[in-house]
Amino acid sequence: MNTILECKSLTKKYSSLTALDNVNLTLERGRIIGLLGPNGSGKTTLIKLINGLLVQNSGELLINGKSPNPETKKVVSYLPEKTYLPDWMRVSDTINFFKDFYQDFDEKRAYDMLTRLQLDPSRRLKSLSKGTKEKVQLILVMSRQADLYCLDEPIGGVDPAARDYILNTIISNYNENATVLISTHLIADIEKILDEVVFIKNGHVTLHESVDDIRSKEGKSIDTLFREVFKC
Amino acid sequence: MQWELDSGRPVYLQLIEQIQAGIISGYYKAGDKLPSVRELAAEATVNPNTMQKALVDLERTGLVFTNRTSGRFITSDESMIKKLKEQSALELVQEFIERMKQHGFEPKETLAYVTDIVNQKKSTDQKV
Repeated sequence: MNTILECKSLTKKYSSLTALDNVNLTLERGRIIGLLGPNGSGKTTLIKLINGLLVQNSGELLINGKSPNPETKKVVSYLPEKTYLPDWMRVSDTINFFKDFYQDFDEKRAYDMLTRLQLDPSRRLKSLSKGTKEKVQLILVMSRQADLYCLDEPIGGVDPAARDYILNTIISNYNENATVLISTHLIADIEKILDEVVFIKNGHVTLHESVDDIRSKEGKSIDTLFREVFKC
Repeated sequence: MQWELDSGRPVYLQLIEQIQAGIISGYYKAGDKLPSVRELAAEATVNPNTMQKALVDLERTGLVFTNRTSGRFITSDESMIKKLKEQSALELVQEFIERMKQHGFEPKETLAYVTDIVNQKKSTDQKV
């Protein structure tokens, strides 16, 4: 089966506000996909629905053909916008924590990446800079052998050099059968690693296409196209 | 290798061009083994799928070939590399002539400038 995620007429409302409106979207395996849209367009809502942290009002969302449940959580690796790891934990504690939680967690891979980052695993999260903390969290999430990685703003708080480190961590860790869904509005930094983009605007998917097709058709970068489409 | 990608054109086309440029400049030599798709992708910070697409395209032209057991190699056919170099030289010169035209110089004038500069260089080289 090649489809990893399928949304059919997916609608999510927060009381009177419609965050996702009748979204139809199918994502294939083996791709790195950018979920792009301005603030408040519904990116995080979609990612939270995929992870079963929210429940839709109507429509269907299927991962590997199944609605979000404990089984799908086993194959979805989620990097939330904000960290949920307590400050007192040492980096090594977080690794043990993930190892307890997820069968598909590859401890060796995580330690390898920490070594490359020259980060001492005995340090407490409290003592790490914001950017380093984000990198640790990404290492944890990418050390799982998941089918679908959902990364919510993975490069938001880090400097440009660290962005390259993060992009490299993403492209060198996902496998051919997995899909990485990256939500961001920092498009220029990320577009060269994307296969496809999904534009989302006021809860509607307005575009879902391959990056190289867009570039050859429009003759412009995704970043430029985004600025045009979402001009305020 | 230094990879430089601009943003307005398909990434895989640019990867093809840069690998070709690597072959022309001698960074990759005839018969050299190429790094794996993943290594190349990481080097250029691009998606492995895109790098794969570029390499498959280069394979189609014969400039790169796959040995099923040992990886991807630059062609050992020197004449093919020579052809690529000539092709690229022609394109460079054509582009230069075009740009000179935009600056208001006819090809004949351009040629005169080129001859002058080449001669000057020759005479200074001889003095040294």
